[in-house]
Amino acid sequence: MLRIRNLDVAYGPVTVLRRISLHVNPGEVVAIVGANGAGKTTLLKAVSGLVRPRAGEIALQGREVSRESAERIVALGCSHVPEGRQVFASMSVHENLLMGAHVQLRRGRKDQVKADLERVYRLFPVLEKRQRQFAGTLSGGEQQMLAMGRALMARPALLMLDEPSMGLAPLVMKDIFATVSRISAEGSTVLLVEQNARGALKIAHRGYVLETGRIVLSGTAEELLANRDVQRAYLGREAAAEPERGRP
Amino acid sequence: MARELLVQYLIAGLTYGVIYAVVGIGFNIIYNATGIINFAQGEFVMLGGMIAVTLHGFLPLPAAIAGAVVLTMAVGALVEMLFIRWLVKPSVLRMIIITIGVSILLREAALLLWGNAVRALPYFTGNEVTSVGILGARVSPQVLWAVGVCLALVAAITAWFRWTSWGRQMRACAANRVAASLCGLPTRNLVTLSFVLSAGMGALAGCVVSPITQTQYSVGAGLAIKGFTVAILGGLGNSLAAVAAGLLLGVLESFSVSLLPTAYKDAISIAVLLLILFVRPTGLFAARLTSRV
Repeated sequence: MLRIRNLDVAYGPVTVLRRISLHVNPGEVVAIVGANGAGKTTLLKAVSGLVRPRAGEIALQGREVSRESAERIVALGCSHVPEGRQVFASMSVHENLLMGAHVQLRRGRKDQVKADLERVYRLFPVLEKRQRQFAGTLSGGEQQMLAMGRALMARPALLMLDEPSMGLAPLVMKDIFATVSRISAEGSTVLLVEQNARGALKIAHRGYVLETGRIVLSGTAEELLANRDVQRAYLGREAAAEPERGRP
Repeated sequence: MARELLVQYLIAGLTYGVIYAVVGIGFNIIYNATGIINFAQGEFVMLGGMIAVTLHGFLPLPAAIAGAVVLTMAVGALVEMLFIRWLVKPSVLRMIIITIGVSILLREAALLLWGNAVRALPYFTGNEVTSVGILGARVSPQVLWAVGVCLALVAAITAWFRWTSWGRQMRACAANRVAASLCGLPTRNLVTLSFVLSAGMGALAGCVVSPITQTQYSVGAGLAIKGFTVAILGGLGNSLAAVAAGLLLGVLESFSVSLLPTAYKDAISIAVLLLILFVRPTGLFAARLTSRV
């Protein structure tokens, strides 16, 4: 689905990502965990065309996309839910979802868009209730749902989520992670970036650990959750006392 | 003040007010799409009037106006494509300075093309001395044309933003440019479209006022200041507020004539601009929750 090889990204003279290589197989949920400033967001931005990599290859469904524009990459089947939701605050929930469907509408798939809209409202019933409301008036959790719904409207082959749990109450966070699992179960491929390593690895199949711009560890989610270094650095102390894990 | 006189001043104020509103909305459309103040906005108004006058030499009036609007839109598109589009991550300041340069360029080009003669389109109906009575005041039918066309234009643009796909896309682009491109919206083309639209609006406004105010190569700057004041007064980016602010400024100017010498009329808008920038830089109607992020 996605294959990144030796990716280097720099902001001016500051190198943010160094020789990143990773892949995401169809149907997988892959988590990238790491501390603040490790380069997680930059990695997603490079894939979605918001920043130009300095070197390296990004192949989306076998097609080289590292020089393509953000607009084109959405059309090629990769949707990015950015950090901090970034909903269109002054537009209604319904209009936000329509914007997400832009690439579909341009292909003239009106009927499909209708079905997708129903799917999004089924995944997030609260959005249906708030259809006519301005997106800016939604709560943080609802905005996250809207941002995810908006991305799904493009029927992405690969859905990339940047910190979906950021700033949410624990219960809402749980809800969001559960929904990501459900989206994956319905056949989507998901690349997930999270500071909340436990939450992310619990729903992921595989994971990568990013530290100051390099991948320092990779493995199945179970391996990473059990890894001593990961436990110490990202899962907090209580992780050692809690061997219980698995996908919901 | 006699009632007839009051109505007379009020109508004169509203006439200028709607024109200011249209120019102000022109500022807002480009501001929303790009975050810049397009100082060439007044030149679009001037070009609309001048081109229409020239075209009217060999075309009937409606065709001349339509032609002028379309040609000015083309100029708007050209300005964006030549000077804005190819910039990589341009700073707002850089773009503003570019628009100032463009405004000078357009004004000087107009001077070369048309000279400094003062021109005007003929009155759409009747002539200079025709008038209709409204509540005892005598009003030129052209005033009704100006008010009618401008209000129709505001209604049309509002409906367009709300209910058409392109309009929605532009609102999305205005609300959050990054998110818009992540939805696959053609953000660059939307910026071009914003220049085309505000050029067209300016041109049409320039045509309907031409019989009343006359058109010359240099009228752009004055109108740009009025439109800018209105955009700021209403709160940048808020088009309906710009209409209210435009009418307010027009009426204010109009009544100022009864108290102050006419020469001070233009000083009113500058005074209002300064006052609002000092006291309430977010505009009169800025308490809206759903403003730009």
